[in-house]
Amino acid sequence: MNGIHDIRLPAGPQAAALFDLWTLMLITCTGVFVAIIVVLAVAVWRAPRATAKTLPDADAHPRKETMLKRSVGFAVATSAVLLFVLLFASFIADRAIATLPLDDAVHIDLIGHQFWWEARYDPSDPARSFATANEMHVPVGRPVLMTLRADDVIHSFWVPSLAGKKDLIPGRTSTIAFRADRAGIYRGQCAEFCGYQHAHMALIVVADAPADYERWLVVQRQPAREPSTAQERRGRDLVERASCAMCHTISGTAARGRRAPDLSHVGSRSSLAAGTLENTAASRAHWIADPQSYKPGVDMPPLAAAPADLVAISAYLGALQ
Amino acid sequence: MTRREFIPASIPAVRRGDALDVAGLPSYGFAHRSLMWWGNAGMMAIEGGAFGFMIVIYFYLRGISNAWPDGGRPPDLLFGNINLAVILVSAVPNLFAQRAAADRNTRRVRHWLYVCAAFGVVLCAVRWFEFTALNVRWDDGAYGSTVWVLLGLHTFNLVTDVADTFVLTAVTYTSPFEGKRFVDIAENCGYWYFVVLTWLPIYAVIYFGARL
Amino acid sequence: MTAASGAFPSDAGSRTRARERSQPKKGGRQRLRDGAGAGSRAAAELERTWTDKPGVISFLSANGHKTIGLRFIVTALCFFGAAGVMGGLMRHQLATANSHLVGPDFYNQLFTMHGTTMMFLFAVPVMQGFALYLVPLMIGTRNTAFPRMTACAYWLYVIGGLLLFGAFLSNTGPDAGWFAYVPLAGPQYGIGKRVDVWNMLVTYSEATGLMVAVDITTTILKLRAPGMTLRHMPLFLWASLVTSVMIIFAMPMVMLAANLVQFDRMLGTHFFNPAEGGDALLWQHLFWFFGHPEVYFIFIPALGFISAVIPTFARRPMFGHDAIVLSLIATGFLSFGLWVHHMFATNVPELGKSFFTAMSFMIAIPTALQLFCWIATIASGRLVMKTPLLFVLGFFFILLIGGLTGIMLGSVPLDLQVHDTYFVVAHLHYVLIGGAVFPLFAAIFYWFPKVTGRVLSDRLGKWQFWLFFIGVNLTFFPLHILGLAGMPRRIYTYAPETGWGFLSFLSAAGQVINDLSMLLFAFNVARSLFKGERAPADPWGGGTLEWSVSSPPPACNFFALPVVSSREPLWTPPGNVTHVSGLSAEIREGLTTTVIDALPDTRYAYPAPEIWPFVASLAVTAWLVWSIWSVRGFAWGLILPAIAFFAWYWPDKKESIEEISWETEP
Repeated sequence: MNGIHDIRLPAGPQAAALFDLWTLMLITCTGVFVAIIVVLAVAVWRAPRATAKTLPDADAHPRKETMLKRSVGFAVATSAVLLFVLLFASFIADRAIATLPLDDAVHIDLIGHQFWWEARYDPSDPARSFATANEMHVPVGRPVLMTLRADDVIHSFWVPSLAGKKDLIPGRTSTIAFRADRAGIYRGQCAEFCGYQHAHMALIVVADAPADYERWLVVQRQPAREPSTAQERRGRDLVERASCAMCHTISGTAARGRRAPDLSHVGSRSSLAAGTLENTAASRAHWIADPQSYKPGVDMPPLAAAPADLVAISAYLGALQ
Repeated sequence: MTRREFIPASIPAVRRGDALDVAGLPSYGFAHRSLMWWGNAGMMAIEGGAFGFMIVIYFYLRGISNAWPDGGRPPDLLFGNINLAVILVSAVPNLFAQRAAADRNTRRVRHWLYVCAAFGVVLCAVRWFEFTALNVRWDDGAYGSTVWVLLGLHTFNLVTDVADTFVLTAVTYTSPFEGKRFVDIAENCGYWYFVVLTWLPIYAVIYFGARL
Repeated sequence: MTAASGAFPSDAGSRTRARERSQPKKGGRQRLRDGAGAGSRAAAELERTWTDKPGVISFLSANGHKTIGLRFIVTALCFFGAAGVMGGLMRHQLATANSHLVGPDFYNQLFTMHGTTMMFLFAVPVMQGFALYLVPLMIGTRNTAFPRMTACAYWLYVIGGLLLFGAFLSNTGPDAGWFAYVPLAGPQYGIGKRVDVWNMLVTYSEATGLMVAVDITTTILKLRAPGMTLRHMPLFLWASLVTSVMIIFAMPMVMLAANLVQFDRMLGTHFFNPAEGGDALLWQHLFWFFGHPEVYFIFIPALGFISAVIPTFARRPMFGHDAIVLSLIATGFLSFGLWVHHMFATNVPELGKSFFTAMSFMIAIPTALQLFCWIATIASGRLVMKTPLLFVLGFFFILLIGGLTGIMLGSVPLDLQVHDTYFVVAHLHYVLIGGAVFPLFAAIFYWFPKVTGRVLSDRLGKWQFWLFFIGVNLTFFPLHILGLAGMPRRIYTYAPETGWGFLSFLSAAGQVINDLSMLLFAFNVARSLFKGERAPADPWGGGTLEWSVSSPPPACNFFALPVVSSREPLWTPPGNVTHVSGLSAEIREGLTTTVIDALPDTRYAYPAPEIWPFVASLAVTAWLVWSIWSVRGFAWGLILPAIAFFAWYWPDKKESIEEISWETEP
């Protein structure tokens, strides 16, 4: 549920380029700020004091005016030069984040929904593609190319430690490319107001070492695990017959709904409901019983079921590693 | 016909000691000497801006579309052309009404305002038929929506200016009749030129934007 | 004929003609005209002509610019307070993780209402209110050009605001953000009437803004005192003029766009529906084309305040007057070329985005030029360290931070990280509070004596300033860091593991300090209104024309309209001609002058107070409210305003007779 999510903690080349730009801008702007405030402070401190009754000085003072003109001119010129430097740095950073080499990229289709993320890997290759939700794994050192689409309203994909954000706009397809250069767990959050539960639309990007990533891929491509205990079997039974199957998909079962997150391997994820809850047996049961109490406004209805049934469903889902 | 001096020269104020005596100045002036002209200009900027924005929206949506119109026919040209012809001709009585107002001739003003009002009514009727000949509904895709709103915006201006013309004609019958009402009439005529001129690009976009 | 005083013709030959012209059309009693000193019969008659009678009808009919301007200001400050309370509620909700102070639905309404109220119902109207009050006084005339239109604008403003709050209090407040992106605000996802309320409010406030803008533009161009050429015009008037012209070109866009969304919602059009050829991104282009100049409608008048306060409190004319005028105009132009910087995270073409980065950086240059000219004026002046100047210094500090973070946001790559985070929230509050609210308080302390005849307590003012300065920095500086730490905007809560709790708590503490400073301000105003020291005509020793009349000003503003020959008429010796005479004291009359050289042109009969602007605003309200509930209402409801405007225009017989007796044909 937690992960690194800080612009100042870059873990990939895009975020690093942006952090460098940030540092340059921070230093320059702080310098400009201090310079101007110091000049102003000195000016205020040194100017003689007067009252409303003091006669205003409306005469022309050519020498003083010339000196002031030179100072103002110098200040404006310096500002323009600094602006130009920052503009140049901005363009350089812009190019840096746009020129990520994309050989051997991982292809992911990201579709934003109210209020969860659907991720489809290798969408163009039916033999290898699979779907997951809210938590993605990527290999360290390999670029990731994501196509971004939205199903309902505008969302925005943002994992600050990896890259800048990109909006997911209904009717339009955009792309974003990034690379994680350090293994770790990175958190992101929807960054465009999308309705009631915009606040609870997080996502996790787990950067695995290449071998771990390949292992994860193999597991994800397989259909959902068969239940191994009676309780889990009962759980699967309930899932297939209750309203769950209308919206969720669990590959290899009768649950083939497409309106909600794919649960085929939900047991392996660290959180539920797009980062809202920890993925434990208890929280699964509570969530299924009454999602509206944790995430009011989400599309999932409560499930009226006996506590034993809830435990069974939770056990089954927990086993879907 | 002599060229009318539409904007007479300013009558200077008279200095009396340290005061500038303006008692002799006229209490109204025509064209940019009247405040109404400036208000009118503001109004034209606002509405002209709205028309301009709507035309930009038309081409924006056209630019992202695959087919424009989307599976339909472009608007029939007949009523659009009739409208164009009538509205261009309507500038003539409008000009005479404006000149009559500058001459402060109540009888002539009334005469020409009646003619302008008649043209206005005819144009409203033609506009009604134009809507029916657009060959698309407003809820039939972005193309239909844009064409209807574009035509609708101009129609709003047309109808309000015709209504204004009627009101001003009626006002010429009130007594006492202030001189500054002539300025109002002249400005309304000025606004009619705006209605005529803005029809040209809108006509071009509605009728030929779908044929390009 | 030049405008220099003393060059007005004093021609003996046409004196007879002029005398004939000034004779009454009908014989009889001596007709009273202005020009005599205060206290004479003409002056008394003049005051009587311009004073509003008591009573409810009179209250609803008033169209004097001071009355309307003050109404705008007071109403706007009330909305400021209400929106401030909402801001405080949000800060407290976010002060701790997983707080249950407010739920998501109410929170979404809160931030939408906070933004909408602040931007549409406070910031622009308060600036327009100040312009309405000050412009005629500063240019030397008695009322604005279209007083009835402005009166109608005020009623529309109040009614629109009350409707918005009424909807909010009945759980129908808009909840899609103050810029209401589609599809969230569209027919499918913007459920109920909430977004319809927002669209209606936008229609009201833009109609108000446009009416006042046309009025101010015409007033400044045509009603200036003789001799007040464009080069002699004070900087506040330039700021008001630039703002008003900008409003005329930008506000129609949002009115049109909001109506297009309304058509999508109510009539089934498809402007923003991608499934039928529309585009969700189109709304963003349309809104921000207006939205970026909108913040300059708020900022540029504030720059006008600064340019008015500094010369008085530095006891010298502004250094670089012409440069500042050019900067104001340049800023006005450039502000129309920045709007895509609100859309850098979308898939607008990259090359286009870079252009907008360059433009966003470029607009900093005229602003910087103004800043340096102000500092030069302060550095070479003799300072009166009173509350208005203190707020100006606070403005420098806070606006500078906001402007610099603005440069950061203007860079496409950096914006991709900080867009839609609390970094933007920090930036916008620094520029709006620093760039508009601080100058606003400077303006309030500066002109309060003129408006009310009492001086605000300087001691309480200084306390308020320091509380506010500390409070603003404590509330909003941590938000920069929160944005860098990954906190997005418009979230009603967050988990404790994010680590955003501590800085959010600090921010809420800062908000409490802001509340204290506002309470202190309210106390200062209330006390000074009754017990404050009485103000002379010119308590600050200012140089512009409003300081030449009593505090508060007479109903007629000037017993004789002034004639000027310099930028600071009260600081330079008068010319040979000092005032205008010959305007009627029995009807409301003013003088129009030519646009560039301000030569006397015509006399102008201001409309007398009448009830029709108020009635028209009610009729427009009936139409708009009806149209939210019924499509037919949109078409047929138009009859109501049509009737009202017809009745408004129809000449009043009594008024006509009186005006004709004063009429002189050109």
